Amino acid sequence: MFEQMIKTADSEEFDLVIEETRSRSNYWKDIWQYRELFFFLAWRDILVRYKQTVIGLAWSLLRPFLTMLVFTFIFGRLAKLPSGGVPYPILVYAAMLPWQFFSTSFTDASNSLIGNSNMLTKIYFPRIIIPTSTVIVNLVDFLISFVILIGLMFWFHFSAPWSILMLPLFLVQALLISLGSGFYVAAINVKYRDFKYIVPFVVQFGLYISPVGFSSNLIPEKWRLLYSLNPMVGVIDGFRWSITGDSKQMYMNGYYLSLTVTILFVLLGIWYFRKMERSFADII
Amino acid sequence: MSAVIKVENLGKRYIIRHQQKGYVALRDVIAEKTKNIFSSAGRLKNKEAALSGREEFWALDDVNFEVKKGDRVGIVGRNGAGKSTLLKVLSRITEPTRGKISIRGRMSSLLEVGTGFHPELTGRENIFLNGAILGMRRAEIKRKFDEIVDFADVEKFLDTPVKRYSSGMYVRLAFAVAAHLESEILVVDEVLAVGDSQFQSKCLGKMQDVSREEGRTILFVSHNMAAISKLCNKGILLNGGRLVGNADIDRIVDSYISTSFHSEFFELKDNAIDKETYFERIFLSRDKQLPKNMFSFSDDIHCVFELNGTKLNEESTLTFIIRDKNLSPVFSEHHVISNHKGKFVAIIPKTVLLPGRYYLQSMLHVPNVKFLDNNEDYISFSIEETGSKNAVYNVDLGFVNIPVLWEE
Repeated sequence: MFEQMIKTADSEEFDLVIEETRSRSNYWKDIWQYRELFFFLAWRDILVRYKQTVIGLAWSLLRPFLTMLVFTFIFGRLAKLPSGGVPYPILVYAAMLPWQFFSTSFTDASNSLIGNSNMLTKIYFPRIIIPTSTVIVNLVDFLISFVILIGLMFWFHFSAPWSILMLPLFLVQALLISLGSGFYVAAINVKYRDFKYIVPFVVQFGLYISPVGFSSNLIPEKWRLLYSLNPMVGVIDGFRWSITGDSKQMYMNGYYLSLTVTILFVLLGIWYFRKMERSFADII
Repeated sequence: MSAVIKVENLGKRYIIRHQQKGYVALRDVIAEKTKNIFSSAGRLKNKEAALSGREEFWALDDVNFEVKKGDRVGIVGRNGAGKSTLLKVLSRITEPTRGKISIRGRMSSLLEVGTGFHPELTGRENIFLNGAILGMRRAEIKRKFDEIVDFADVEKFLDTPVKRYSSGMYVRLAFAVAAHLESEILVVDEVLAVGDSQFQSKCLGKMQDVSREEGRTILFVSHNMAAISKLCNKGILLNGGRLVGNADIDRIVDSYISTSFHSEFFELKDNAIDKETYFERIFLSRDKQLPKNMFSFSDDIHCVFELNGTKLNEESTLTFIIRDKNLSPVFSEHHVISNHKGKFVAIIPKTVLLPGRYYLQSMLHVPNVKFLDNNEDYISFSIEETGSKNAVYNVDLGFVNIPVLWEE
């Protein structure tokens, strides 16, 4: 009985135990505790972006708009790629939206940890918040750009099909692939700074290879499945379908493949990030 | 009272890779790995090279201590002793290689002032941002907003971008946010090194309040022995990553200073010196002959400086500074020397310095031009209590006994 009493006195409840081998169940609890930080960091980046600029907010509208014009001209007028009866600008824009979201998220995320290195070495918070908040910032941009799409649809008297209700689903998919690849590239860039140069190249390459300037219908049937290994194919096709209602856009087997690749990216991204996180403060 | 922080066998190891470039390039790693694939001899060579380029450095080694609730612990040690690393591990910024830390209660760290401040944002915006980064909820920040602005004294400039602030305002604002954290344990690293003395005493005062009135626990790293002595009740001494002292703060400060400066006199070992003027011997004495380090309150203290040199500079000045037990200066004396060689004696009159431990710092220089010899070996001495007016009081009442005249 006496021994029992001593035992309970000994196992005093400590709130936090820091140990090298301890599994990090603390981490996800911490994320909940620091949840406001996601938005604060995103808010900071957005505020900073528009301070001291004249055009400011308009940049979020201008960029996709101009790219859309250029693409329409090159692929629609010059190359005369078929559009299946839908106004070419809308077809291009429907793909531009998710692509822009992904590519800027990817690029911004890759630099996010290095850009905030002073915080990493002086303050504790779950580091995964940093690349996530850059993706949130780009989500805001996405929503602003979406306004243009609505404008375009009015301009062309193009009425939205019911499939547009599925759009949020594809948005979530775009979000997932941005997060997954963002986590991975943010973490790896801390250790191997080469990625600073690799990222723009990947983005550029991806732009031509993904069905942005053209529809993926153009890809010959036998290659279409392989083509869908690119996760953005599924996202872009999905966006196109939901906005134009053209069911020929969706190649279901390819879509499921893209979706699977997306989920794999997310898991890989989180795993790699968590693995490298412990040494960020030491390497950066 | 039970422990709020318990550190057991803590170790932190860094691996130093000797490499020319500042960061690891993927291209090099791939080249190395490809080389290894194609030649086993190459693999051996590379492994050796890799091993020889690796060095283990234990920033912390088998550190054990406990902190009780309400303690104000000063962490002292030389540069490189492991103080900042200890704080980093406690703050979860870096992981321990060995050992375990157990913490009870919320802990906030202030390792740098203004972390996360963005120059383009206004003071108001930065308060929210910084507070969030430090772990405060938005509601909490809103609640404390006025207090924070009041403490920082920047109300007029709340809506100007922080890049326009003076460095003093910047630091005040940053500290104000951190000072209002509601965590039970506060870890502070040398941040008070910035800011003017008024600000520093304000910060110290705030930390004292926070600890005494609210019973919060503080861990404080600083090189300012005076500040540490004032604020803390306990101390931890680190040396080369090891814990070498864990006691009341006065003993720790004394231990730290006296192990850093334990000379009883100075004697130059090297005979072939080609300087204009330099110290050959420095010692304290009662009779200008025998070196002594303990004096009574009623002794004249002779500071004997034996000089040598090659030539005299017209304005060569011998300056000595008497420092107290915390290394803060008590007074200094400047004397233009008449000769570059010889014995110079400065007599500190009896009953001027109150009993205590002191350090003598000496230097030879041409004022505002150059140093001739800056002697870094402070000489320690002490004055014993043998009947000063302050003998009845057991409190620190200053260092000097000034012959004040009264009229009634």
